[in-house]
Amino acid sequence: MAIIDPNNRVLGVVMPVTVGIVMLALWEGLVRYYEVPRYLVPSPFLVAETLVEKWPLLLGSLLVTLKVTFMAFFLAVLIGTLVAFAFAQSKLIEMSFFPYAVLLQVTPVVAIAPLIIIWVKEPTAALVVCATIVALFPIISNTILGLRSVNPGLLNLFRMNKATRMQELVRLRIPSAAPYFFGGLRISSGLSLIGAVVAEFVAGTGGTSAGLAYQILQAGFQLDIPLLFAALFLITLTGVALFLIMVTLSRLALGDWHESELVPET
Amino acid sequence: MTAQLMRLSDLEPRTAGPPPVEVLAATKMFGNGVRALEPIDLTIEEGEFVTLLGPSGCGKSTLLKMIADLITPTSGGLRWWGGDYGHVGEPGKKLVFVFQDATLMPWARVRANVRLPLDLAGVPRAEADARVDPALALVGLGGFDHCYPRQLSGGMQMRVSIARALVTEPNLLLMDEPFGALDEITRNKLDQDLLDLWFAKKLTVVFVTHSIYEAVFLSTRVVVMAARPGRVLREVRIDAPYPRDDAFRVSQAFAAYARELQVLLAEASTAGTPQP
Repeated sequence: MAIIDPNNRVLGVVMPVTVGIVMLALWEGLVRYYEVPRYLVPSPFLVAETLVEKWPLLLGSLLVTLKVTFMAFFLAVLIGTLVAFAFAQSKLIEMSFFPYAVLLQVTPVVAIAPLIIIWVKEPTAALVVCATIVALFPIISNTILGLRSVNPGLLNLFRMNKATRMQELVRLRIPSAAPYFFGGLRISSGLSLIGAVVAEFVAGTGGTSAGLAYQILQAGFQLDIPLLFAALFLITLTGVALFLIMVTLSRLALGDWHESELVPET
Repeated sequence: MTAQLMRLSDLEPRTAGPPPVEVLAATKMFGNGVRALEPIDLTIEEGEFVTLLGPSGCGKSTLLKMIADLITPTSGGLRWWGGDYGHVGEPGKKLVFVFQDATLMPWARVRANVRLPLDLAGVPRAEADARVDPALALVGLGGFDHCYPRQLSGGMQMRVSIARALVTEPNLLLMDEPFGALDEITRNKLDQDLLDLWFAKKLTVVFVTHSIYEAVFLSTRVVVMAARPGRVLREVRIDAPYPRDDAFRVSQAFAAYARELQVLLAEASTAGTPQP
């Protein structure tokens, strides 16, 4: 999103950074000027200070959240892709099972999380299951769409050359599906983080498996608002990092040929 | 079916080489009851350049797809290289189809696109690669093998598509309005190159177009078709010597053939009684 005009790469970085600095300065200034108490709105400086001070605690929690996020994302990609391939193999399978995939998607994870936490004894596993459910659907729906979005002319060409089903899948359907799949990855990576945080909120697990959401809960109870902001900042940072990783992966895979990654020539 | 086969095959004169395609009283009725083709009899001889010319809806594309074995006739049948009635694939004989669009794989470079038919047939990579270069050279695209399709113009993409057809060394080349989407100047250039290629490689081509000038310029024989229902109206032999070039385009003979086809086409679009 940051870089739209390729000729203004520098501007694309400088402008948002400037806006960010101005906003932070304004925030700092207003908090100081009106002497807003730190349990309502902490100043950015204080948040940064807390981040450094409570780093060991926050780092531990960040790693827990990251672990759940990545495991859920990995599982969602694995299961989602397999399900999509199964669906794409036959319309009958898709017709039979797709409504249930939708059912899974439309049920809020907050509503089923308590059940999962009861059923799955191991706390981390329970969180991973919740987050996977949230992240699964975009992978399934996008990959199916991609596997079906094959140029009919190319399909004809493959059939005329007596391509086997396997050749058709590997050489035609998978490359055709790639742009859709990467679109799914982008959505799903963000959702697995959201799923992980929401599940932590519901589970409220402390101790060794205390994630960032637990720190936010605790900070809220104790009115330790600087800590709450620090944890929030880390979650946001994780989300942005995930997004950037997906954008890079997508560019590496599609950059040479797909319209979505092409730089317009002027 | 068998009785008809015997009768029809007895009627066919046996020449030196069996004709690449014989269309034997083939008809096509679509599922919705529309009669796409009246019974058609057509023989394509070795080395011919036959053009199917007609207005939209005359079934010229349907006929070409039948010849390509992409569509099976509702009744009647076809024979390829004098082989089994109704089955393409006489051993050692290949037909290829060139689509209206270039239909290239956008994710693959020109080389991989041209190599595709060989890859699908399981030809070893080294041998396949060795065959790609001459095919690209034939269509005038030597040195473009590392480009992606999007980097090429429409005309060049069509050339890649033709190279992909030629790489299999086909005995019969079927082309469905291959240059229909191109501007006239590019189209004339590609027509010229195709004709030179046909002449040099002694190809057999069946070509579909709705351009009279393209038909006259290219063909040894033009099959004029009429619509509603789709049928063959007349066959016109273009008795002009090869190789043909721009001089032919502006010749008296060219104009005369174009006029003859124009009259026939006008007849074709009025002759049909519209179906209720």
